[in-house]
Amino acid sequence: MSSTTRNASRRQAPAGERVADWADGRLGVYSLAKSNMRKIFPDHWSFMLGEVCLYSFIIIILTGVYLTLFFHPSMNEVVYHGSYVPLQGQLMSEAFNSTLHISFDVRGGLLIRQIHHWAALIFIGGMLVHMMRVFFTGAFRKPREVNWIFGFLLLVLGMFTGFTGYSLPDDLLSGTGVRFMEGAILSTPIVGTYMSFFLFGGEFPGGDFVARFYTVHILLLPGIMMGLLVGHLILVFYHKHTQFAGPGRTEKNVVGMPLLPVYMAKAGGFFFLVFGVIAIIAAIASINPIWAIGPYRPDQVSTGAQPDWYMGFSEGLIRVMPGWEINFLGHTLVLGVAIPLIVVFPLVLVVIAVYPFLEAWVTGDRREHHILDRPRNAPTRTGLGVAWLTWYFVMLVGGGNDLWATHFHLSINSITWFVRIAFFVAPVLAFLVTKRICLGLQRRDRDKVLHGRESGIIKRLPHGEFIEVHEPLDADQLHTLTAHEQYEPAQLGPAVDENGVERQVSRGEKLRTKLSKGYYGEGNQIPKPTVEEYKEITSGHGHH
Amino acid sequence: MKKLSARRRHPLAAVVVLLLALAATGGLYIAFAPADKAQADETAQSLAIDEGKRLFSVGCASCHGTGGQGTSDGPSLVGVGAAAVDFQVGTGRMPLQQQGAQAPRKKVIYSQAEIDQIAAYIASLGAGPSVPTKNQYDPKGADIAKGGELFRTDCAQCHNFTGEGGALTHGKFAPSLENVDPKHIYEAMQTGPQSMPNFPDSVMPEQNKKDIIAYLHAVNSDDTTSPGGLKLGGLGPVSEGLFAWIFGLGGLVAIAAWVAARTAKARKS
Ligand code: HEC
Ligand code: HEM
Repeated sequence: MSSTTRNASRRQAPAGERVADWADGRLGVYSLAKSNMRKIFPDHWSFMLGEVCLYSFIIIILTGVYLTLFFHPSMNEVVYHGSYVPLQGQLMSEAFNSTLHISFDVRGGLLIRQIHHWAALIFIGGMLVHMMRVFFTGAFRKPREVNWIFGFLLLVLGMFTGFTGYSLPDDLLSGTGVRFMEGAILSTPIVGTYMSFFLFGGEFPGGDFVARFYTVHILLLPGIMMGLLVGHLILVFYHKHTQFAGPGRTEKNVVGMPLLPVYMAKAGGFFFLVFGVIAIIAAIASINPIWAIGPYRPDQVSTGAQPDWYMGFSEGLIRVMPGWEINFLGHTLVLGVAIPLIVVFPLVLVVIAVYPFLEAWVTGDRREHHILDRPRNAPTRTGLGVAWLTWYFVMLVGGGNDLWATHFHLSINSITWFVRIAFFVAPVLAFLVTKRICLGLQRRDRDKVLHGRESGIIKRLPHGEFIEVHEPLDADQLHTLTAHEQYEPAQLGPAVDENGVERQVSRGEKLRTKLSKGYYGEGNQIPKPTVEEYKEITSGHGHH
Repeated sequence: MKKLSARRRHPLAAVVVLLLALAATGGLYIAFAPADKAQADETAQSLAIDEGKRLFSVGCASCHGTGGQGTSDGPSLVGVGAAAVDFQVGTGRMPLQQQGAQAPRKKVIYSQAEIDQIAAYIASLGAGPSVPTKNQYDPKGADIAKGGELFRTDCAQCHNFTGEGGALTHGKFAPSLENVDPKHIYEAMQTGPQSMPNFPDSVMPEQNKKDIIAYLHAVNSDDTTSPGGLKLGGLGPVSEGLFAWIFGLGGLVAIAAWVAARTAKARKS
């Protein structure tokens, strides 16, 4: 730096400061920033999963805007004359044609398309993982139920945004998916046909759906999602972030790094890491190669036609469902489609939305919770979560039954039967096994607290016995392992009221008591060590 | 006339009529059949048939019967034609190693000359599609785009968009068509091996078969380019989803753990 500039900077405040001054004078940003930017954000890798969603969403928007510059949402038929030889001279919709154009003739088009699509897969996967973290740590409890609902809506809307986007190129694969959706709509009793005609502007596929899906995909759903997302983040700020139990951490404070500058710097860097990972994947791996798939024609279909993974469970449901059909008062009810897609599909999702309320009802706990649970300390909840995931995975297996068959040399019929049985059995097994594992881990924590950590040092006592030396935990560790609170199972209360009259016990109350026993009753959680037990054991007897 | 009508009821009359009819059809066949085979060719042909019969009785008769008439272990080969033999043996599917859901492609154990001899023998048992000549299946100059359209209409429902293969019921499958010899693609369409339907020239003219062969060469062979990068098996969303989870989310979770572990330590001083 030359001496003149140094002198100049001494006389004047740095540019940044001047801009800040200018803005503060007009917008009062300083006080706003001061109160918010010092918000504390605790450090844990799993707290960054929400950021993965946020950043991939931003990447999707940026790349999506680029794609809209070249995409033509029209189903007019044109003859292809672009640079991909194996399709030259073929009739196709303008939508398909423009997607080929983006892929082969627009600078950077293919890369942007691939980033957009890979980011979408990662975005929705990110939401699922983020949701799992929130679920298994109990971060959905009061006061965050509303934010859980916001998140749930984002997940569902994300799925449908993905589905509509995937359908836009009007290729044979996505066209088959749209046909699948039409089948689901048609199977709705009574109104199915009307809804289908309304959606497609007449008989499927008609000439409208790409334009309609386009509006839904680029405006309607992302607009709603943007609103929900902002609301979601505002609520995260407002509630402040949760934290794991630890020394110095209470329900009333948050221990971590201030948003500015440390967390902001990390988050900013993390954005570029997320972008980098997605860009690398998009640069090396092909996704949805529509040129190999070909344009949609309702008279054509390919084997191995699956939707993107987040819709895979619906594919599984339909593939393993027996093709039942009944005639009801002159109406054909296609139960083989209606049950999986109109009944079970929404159910799979809705259980997510209602879970926080179910658990709150069972515990009857109306307090706020800002300290997270370790999954093992909520064995029933953790078991239910794993059961849901198992269920979901079983359906995904069903959705890919043909690929399992060809790649593992199995019979597709056996896989289908396996999935049918596993649909009912696997979640139960997963629940039981997970719960056992959680309880085992709780026992181990209890042992650790009472007897210390296994040191790996084997000692021989004078009389010849070998023992392993256990090191006592320090106070911090003791705190962390015993900070969780354990609920008492709800009791039905006396069968007679104070006047000796038999009390009316509602069915809901009975159910609640039963569930509560299932959650917190004997054998469903391991009592954590009490202070007395600890003192008793560490007061000198025993050689541990 | 009287004499004839009197002998009509002779016990041997039926035999005579049969002989006459056979002679007539045989004569007609000779008159109309392409009779351009030279004498020398014919002897070579009958030698090949003899040789083929010998190979057949060693390698195939246990399942297909000594005269190719079929047994409980294998179907009759009368009338399947030379093309079927060339396909089945030339792709290693035959001789079958073990009974299973479907004969898989294996290492070919006969030389092309031997295959031709077996084919000649089977062809001699009854007429069927013959082995196509090179200019029947050579994809040069064929219309790739048209082939793609035909492939998606007639083949993709079992073989997938670009011939990556797919599952059929009970462990049967439509195999991957990657790098399959054009001759064998042609023969498969001609003869409909295993669960595949056949596409004789009356439904799918020779030119269209060529188009399809050209299309497969363009999209699923060693000469295929994948403009988007790794093809991930060409299986569509399932392999893409798996890739996104393992490398995308797996990578991002690893990076998140790494970033979170590098926290700014509170300065002790
Ligand atoms: C172990 C038993 C076995 C042996 C040995 C065997 N085959 Fe076959 N072959 C079969 C069976 C079974 C099928 C039906 C296969 C299927 O549909 O998957 C078959 C099918 C065929 C077909 C297809 C028939 C059609 O309808 O198109 C041909 C051609 C054929 N075999 C030729 C041969 C020749 C030539 C050999 C000897 C080199 C041979 N096979 C040896 C069991 C056998
Ligand atoms: C567009 C998709 C989403 C984005 C961008 C997003 C973003 C975020 C971010 C950045 C946080 C704070 C950091 C963290 O805890 O990870 C957060 C927290 C949270 N998210 Fe999401 N999220 C999304 C979807 C979801 C979904 C699908 C759910 C559950 C159904 C959900 C429920 C929650 C809850 C309850 C919190 C508070 C967690 C706490 O304070 O411990 N979010 N979200």
